[in-house]
Amino acid sequence: MLAKRIIPCLDVKDGRVVKGTNFVNLRDAGDPIESGLRYSEEGADELVFLDITASSDRRNIVADMVRRVADSINIPFTVGGGLRSVADIEHILRAGADKVSINTSAIENPRLIQESAERFGSQCIVVAIDARREAEQKSSAKVFTHGGRVRTDLDAVEWAGRAAALGAGEILLTSMDADGTKAGYDLDLTSRISTSVKIPVIASGGAGTLEDLYLGLTKGAASAVLAASIFHFREVTIPQAKAYLRERGVLVR
Amino acid sequence: MITVVDYKLNNLRSIENTLRRLGHEVKVTSDPGDVRLAQKLILPGVGAFRDAMQNLRDLGLAEPFVEKVKSGTPTLGICLGMHLIFTESEEFGLHQGLDLIPGRVKKLPEGLPVPHMGWNQLHLKRPDGLTRDVVPESFVYFVHSYYAQPEFEQVTLATTDYGLDFPAIVHFENIWATQFHPEKSQHVGERLLDNFARL
Repeated sequence: MLAKRIIPCLDVKDGRVVKGTNFVNLRDAGDPIESGLRYSEEGADELVFLDITASSDRRNIVADMVRRVADSINIPFTVGGGLRSVADIEHILRAGADKVSINTSAIENPRLIQESAERFGSQCIVVAIDARREAEQKSSAKVFTHGGRVRTDLDAVEWAGRAAALGAGEILLTSMDADGTKAGYDLDLTSRISTSVKIPVIASGGAGTLEDLYLGLTKGAASAVLAASIFHFREVTIPQAKAYLRERGVLVR
Repeated sequence: MITVVDYKLNNLRSIENTLRRLGHEVKVTSDPGDVRLAQKLILPGVGAFRDAMQNLRDLGLAEPFVEKVKSGTPTLGICLGMHLIFTESEEFGLHQGLDLIPGRVKKLPEGLPVPHMGWNQLHLKRPDGLTRDVVPESFVYFVHSYYAQPEFEQVTLATTDYGLDFPAIVHFENIWATQFHPEKSQHVGERLLDNFARL
């Protein structure tokens, strides 16, 4: 049986891991390779590196980090942030990433999903969706771009379906309402997307407890759960999460 | 020395570095001359079957590779590299493979998400040097949409369940092949690669 996955997410800036809440109060939290190795030794199933470097030399800084990660960590890892073209994607995959995650660029140019999936295979194209519920219409969630700053008219469930049809291999769904609240994943939205697409969905945003991880994988029907702060600040460790999930009947590695 | 055949479809850093960390000498090469001199071969790969066969032929690697394998060189195929070692593949039309193990590459059945991606378990069928000290039901990392079906069942060393029980590891004469990626399968993968290096 295929195991459910636990994926720590590391925010990276200028080749260093940063920790903060909602991208403010960032502080240096060390070397991405050291952090990645620690998670991998603890039993993380995959890693996501989300790059927020603003420098003009970003492309090379990121590729260099990807090479160093690929040299020392032997679990799969995804790299996202600022990838805008097939050439950007190729650069990161050639440096050794297993998958790339695209967000704003996929919305601005949906053909990027198709072209990169045809070129490199669906398995390495993750489409990240940042979704927020409408105040007046709670049942629907709209997609946001540019790190959550710009609202689009796209419905999250519809966009997930379209991304899958264009060749995305996975959906990384972040609930902006839940993100940072530690009140749990948006289970309703996660399960609506998980059951409407045939590709794996990674639940993100809002995990605060072990039970949240469990609910994301069961009620949310996600294939994987992603979390940043609860793991970084050691509120929950990966071995604890795995033991808890196993005890509650979820198949984990 | 382990010779990793680079047919210019993938990044091979993970496999190279995993073998190095385990203390083995590795040469990643696209030079047919290096393949002719190999003591041990790895044929890795992710991507499309047809492109891979084309590259192997265009780079002049197919012929020396087949010769070396037929002369008894211990060989490990990984993922697409496993598929290439079989007779033929149904991936996007019927394509001829290297025909070193009789059998055909087929699409995973409908119903479950494809590609089959993630950590899944090995059901070991019999003991073998490659799987020495590998605990039954260990998890390894898969990413694939097709699987190799050997003509003779005895070739299968381990299976994995994903809609059907498909061969996860095969062993035929001097050839071993894994459907999963040992270089991405952490300690279990390291064990397998180390076992192969010591065979």
